[in-house]
Amino acid sequence: MSRSSAYPLSFFAALIVSLLSLVSPAALAQNATHISSQPTLSGGFKFAEQSGEELYAHVCQGCHMPDGKGAIGAGAYPSIASNKALEASRYSLHVVVNGQRAMPPFGVMMNDDQIAAVVNYVRTHFGNAYKDAVTPEDVKVVRP
Amino acid sequence: MTDTIGIGAARPVGSGTAVSRRDLLSLIGTVAGSAAMYHAMSSLGFASDSSYKGPIALGGDVRGASVLILGAGLAGMTAALELRKAGYKVQVLEFNRRPGGRNWTLRGGDRFTELGGFTQTCEFAQGLYFNPGPWRIPYHHRAVLDYCRRLNVVLEPFIQLNHNALLHASSAFGGQPQRIRDIKADFQGQVSELLAKVTNQGRLDEAVSVEDKEILLQALKSWGALDSNYAYKANLISARFRGYAKGPGGGLGAAPVAGEPIELSDILKSQLWRYLQNFAVLELQTTMFQPVGGMDMIGKAFAREVGDLIRYNAKVTRIAQDDGGVTVTYVDTKTPAVHQQAKADWCICTIPLSILSQIQIDVSAPMKAAIDAVPYASAVKVGLQFKRRFWEEDEAIYGGISYTDLPIRQIAYPNTGFNRSGRGVLLGAYLVEGSSSFEFTSMPPTERVARAVALGSSIHPQYADEFENGIAVAWHRVPFTLGCAGNWTEKARVEHYDNLCQIEGRIVLAGEHASYIPVWQEGAILSALDAVTRLHDRAVKM
Repeated sequence: MSRSSAYPLSFFAALIVSLLSLVSPAALAQNATHISSQPTLSGGFKFAEQSGEELYAHVCQGCHMPDGKGAIGAGAYPSIASNKALEASRYSLHVVVNGQRAMPPFGVMMNDDQIAAVVNYVRTHFGNAYKDAVTPEDVKVVRP
Repeated sequence: MTDTIGIGAARPVGSGTAVSRRDLLSLIGTVAGSAAMYHAMSSLGFASDSSYKGPIALGGDVRGASVLILGAGLAGMTAALELRKAGYKVQVLEFNRRPGGRNWTLRGGDRFTELGGFTQTCEFAQGLYFNPGPWRIPYHHRAVLDYCRRLNVVLEPFIQLNHNALLHASSAFGGQPQRIRDIKADFQGQVSELLAKVTNQGRLDEAVSVEDKEILLQALKSWGALDSNYAYKANLISARFRGYAKGPGGGLGAAPVAGEPIELSDILKSQLWRYLQNFAVLELQTTMFQPVGGMDMIGKAFAREVGDLIRYNAKVTRIAQDDGGVTVTYVDTKTPAVHQQAKADWCICTIPLSILSQIQIDVSAPMKAAIDAVPYASAVKVGLQFKRRFWEEDEAIYGGISYTDLPIRQIAYPNTGFNRSGRGVLLGAYLVEGSSSFEFTSMPPTERVARAVALGSSIHPQYADEFENGIAVAWHRVPFTLGCAGNWTEKARVEHYDNLCQIEGRIVLAGEHASYIPVWQEGAILSALDAVTRLHDRAVKM
C-alpha cells in the first residue's frame, strides 16, 4: 500500500499484491478508460482524472460529499463549503498533499498539476471564491 | 520495438503515446520497491505470528473499582468480559445499535445507511450473507481462535487458495482468465527447468557443492514436474500438476491427454505471477477459518456474555479525567440534544482514531499527537446475489478467490453451502487503497454494485443472466469508523506508537490501531488484553 516511506506502509499481504498490480503495464492499459457516461476508474494506484472538477467528483466527494458539506456520524467529515480556512492556499495544499488526522495524504496519488487543479476547484466552488489560484510550483513547496 | 513496449492498448496517463522504455524501467523499479517494503513490513512484525499467550488471569482485589469502556467492538467486548470476570463494575458505551463494530455481517432484510444518506436494504435470500469487514481468520491468530472456542463460535474452513479459481489480466491471453493451477504449475515448472539447465551446465558450481547439486536436480524434478531430461513439457508428468487437456476416464477412449503449458514468457508478461504470493504469505496461508453463518457470530457470542453491560446508540462527545476518575459525556443518537454522563474510576477507549481525533480528551500532548497521526484507509466491498451457483455448476470453483487487475481486484466465492442448487452470494469486489477504492467510494451504492457486475462479467459471463441484487459498503462512508482501519506509516509508528499505548492517568486506548497487527481482529483483541492487564496492575496497586 505504499510507494515510499513517505506513504503509509500498511496492512495485509493481499495489499502488496494489489500494489504490485497498480504499477503493471496492464493497469496502465486501463488508465483513463471511461465506460460511456460513467465516471472514470483509474485502475492503478494513481488517479487518472486531471481536472479539478473530475478529481473532486471521483475522489474528494467520497467523504466531503457532492455538495462539499461533509457528513456527521460518530465523527464528522468537515464541510469545505464556504470555509474560511481555505482562504490560506498553502494550508489547503498542505492538507491535500499530506493529509490531516484521519484524512489520507493524496500527494503520492496525484501529481503537482492534479493537486493544484483540485485545490483551485475547491477554493472557487461550494461557496468559496478565493481569487489567488495556486500553481503546480506551489505544490512542490508543501511536499514532504 | 526499440523504445516502446507493445502491450495491446496500453496508454500512459494523459498522453497518446505508447509506454517508453524509461517508463517501464521506472515501473519495474517501483515493483522492486514494493518487494523491499514487504521485507520492511516483515521485520516490523506485521506479518509475524500472534503473541497470544493464552487466557489472562487478573488476580488481586479490585476493591469495587469501576471501568468505563468506549466501543463494543471486539476490543471493547474483550475488555468488558475480562474485567467483569476480575470483579470490576463495567459499563460499555457503543455508537451503533448492535454489538461488534467492524465485526459485521449483512443478511436479507438488514438496512444500512451510509454517510451522505444513501440507505441500502439487503435483499439476499434466507441463509445468504456478506461480511463487509473481516471475513477470514489465520490459523495463527490464536487469540481470536481461543475466544471462538471459549464462546462456542463454530468455525469452518475459509478457502484462500483454490487451484481451480482464476487469475485474470485484462491485457493478457486475450482477456481470458487463467486457472490458478495452470499458472502456478507452469511458472514453477519452467523456473525449475531453467534452474536445472544452469545447474547441469555447471554454472552454479561455485554456489552448490557436488553432493548438493545432485539433490538439487532431484528436487527441481520433483517440485517442478520435470521429465527425465529436466524439461517441463506437455506430458503426463506436468499434467499431474496442471491438469489435462482431456482428463482420464473409464472404459474405451479413457486415456488422458496432457495439456500444453503456457509459455514462461507469456506468464512473465501477463504479470499473473504476482498473485501467487496471496497463497504464500503467512497471513494468508492455509488453514484459514470463518465462523459458520457469518463473521458477526463472534460479536454476537461476545454480546451473549457482556451485552447486558452495553448502552447502545451512545455517541461520545467528551472524555474528561481528573484525580478522582473519568467522566465521559455522550448523547443518545436518537435524542442528540440531551447530554448525558457516565463516570468510572478507569476508562478503556477503543474508539477508532478517525473519530477519537475529533473528540476532546484529557490526555498529554504526545498522546494527542499520536491520536492525530494515523490516516484511515479506504476499502470497498460489494456482495452480489446470483440465481444459481454458476461458479460451482459451470466451472467447478468451490470456494476460494479469483484475482484480477480490473478495479474490482477480487471475486471471492462462498466457502459454505457447497454443491447445492439455488442461489448464492459472491464477494464481487474488494478494493483496498489505490485510486479505484476512492472512486468506488465516491459513487452511489447502486452504481458500485452496477460497476462490480459490469466488470466481473468479463471474468464470469454468466453474471449477465444470473445477477439478482447486491449491496456495497465503502468504509470511508461507514458512520462508526470513517474508514477501514488505521493506516500507520513506519515513521509514525516510530514517533507515536508507544505514546498511543501508554496509560495516561486513568485512560488507556485499545483496538486494532493500538497493535502491530493492524486491520486484523487479532490486533484488536491482543491490544485489549494488553490494556486490561496493565490497567489492572495499576488499579490493584493504587
